[in-house]
Amino acid sequence: MCGIVGIFLKNRSLEPELGSLLAKMLGTMCDRGPDSAGFAIYGAGDPEHVKLTLRADRVDADFAALAKKVGAAIGVPVAVDVHATHAVFKVPTSSEQAARDSIAELGQDVKIVGSGTRMEVYKEVGRPDAVAKRFDLAHMAGSHAIAHTRMATESAVTTDGAHPFSTGRDQCLVHNGSLSNHNGLRRELKRKGLSFETENDTEVAAGYITWRMSEGSSLGEALEQSLDDLDGFYTFVVGTEDGFGVLRDPIACKPAVMAETDDYVAFGSEYRALAGLPGIDQARVWEPEPAKVYFWERH
Amino acid sequence: MTVIDLEVTSLRDLNQMLHGLREGTNETFRVINPKGRHAIAVGLDAPVTVEIDGNAGYYCAGMNKQANVIINGSAGLGLAENMMSGTVHVKGDASSSAGATGCGGLLVIDGNAGARCGISSRGIDIVVKGSVGHMSAFMAQAGALVVLGDAGDALGDSIYEARLFVRGAVTSLGSDCIEKPLRDEHREKLGELLQAAGLNGEIDLGEFRRYGSARNLYHFHMDNLEAY
Repeated sequence: MCGIVGIFLKNRSLEPELGSLLAKMLGTMCDRGPDSAGFAIYGAGDPEHVKLTLRADRVDADFAALAKKVGAAIGVPVAVDVHATHAVFKVPTSSEQAARDSIAELGQDVKIVGSGTRMEVYKEVGRPDAVAKRFDLAHMAGSHAIAHTRMATESAVTTDGAHPFSTGRDQCLVHNGSLSNHNGLRRELKRKGLSFETENDTEVAAGYITWRMSEGSSLGEALEQSLDDLDGFYTFVVGTEDGFGVLRDPIACKPAVMAETDDYVAFGSEYRALAGLPGIDQARVWEPEPAKVYFWERH
Repeated sequence: MTVIDLEVTSLRDLNQMLHGLREGTNETFRVINPKGRHAIAVGLDAPVTVEIDGNAGYYCAGMNKQANVIINGSAGLGLAENMMSGTVHVKGDASSSAGATGCGGLLVIDGNAGARCGISSRGIDIVVKGSVGHMSAFMAQAGALVVLGDAGDALGDSIYEARLFVRGAVTSLGSDCIEKPLRDEHREKLGELLQAAGLNGEIDLGEFRRYGSARNLYHFHMDNLEAY
């Protein structure tokens, strides 16, 4: 089944409330995906710095100590923001590769799960409302965010198998559905040099989009191309530094409903997820059409 | 009139109460704060009116018998699924599979319907004042689907004897679905349905085209293998 929620704020005065709005939306979708959850949130950032989201396998990882060591190794202090098993390291963009090398060398049981100017990615096994609470989503701020609740069908219930999947810098993808040609496509993408960490179908979709964009496609074009190359059921929601996009497969078996007001554009697998949003009674509520790429961007 | 607030009364209690109504009751109920909850007013079997103020979730008014269900908002997937009789009227849009497998009654959708509207219908009449999505009236056996707007891909695929009336454009017809002449008996039926949907003569019946089964796929035939 799986559930997706997403919100893109048009009214910047709502930005401090982004996390609490998303947490409520995510909570209503627990029924659709009780085994794991994750979210990507686009918060503060500047072009001189890159935010690296790190995830530890252990609950007692000492991120502060690691940040200090990495800072010493690259010669610039590293700001760190810890959220349970995850932490965001903010490093100068010019030192990104050095920081990545240093984390790989010094960080035990830690891996980088997302990077970007503004994006932070969190995911974990467990009930979605508990996952949101563990990371303190309700107190996060930002311009837009997408989240996912997972009911696993194509691969194991693991943190690696949870969504979102990063598709590149400041880019991520969540998916409701199941792809039927992911094994074949994974083999093709491996031949093209991509690597995969799971048997998950969505990771293949994320890899596909990454590959298309590395070949010069825009995100919109990559989504259009996925209509030809991905077989199966899907509703995708993608996040980028400036906005978010929605695509449903041509059969459109997987649900999707959207709401738009002067303040926001919101996505939910079910209307229930949107019912608590401010001003929803006056919102334009509609169902995104099959095989049509939708995109909203900040100007 | 009884008002039921779904923020106070549980959905199960609401449906249980509606199922427990004594025979012949014709009360009116108003349901407030539906907030997209699923399966509201499902399985009714009494000539009551249930008015839902707001957006409903999946399977609203499913299996309806006798009752008149009005939704002052939009409805999610499977609206009035498997309806037997009565009327369901949604004032906004309906998601996919509206009126699926319905045996009787009338479903009126003031806005648009999503994909698979009237799929496998067996006697239900559906009037959509907006447009319908792809694969509508798939394998529809009986009843009618009236669309004032457009119809998406593969309308009436593998259709049996349901009658389809579309005023706007049809993206494509499904297998074994063809345009047929709009004869007097069809105009009469169409006029009745439009009137039942609250449209009293303002729509020119001549603007509709009728679609139905070419009856080539009823029985297996080797020459039709590609179409099955």
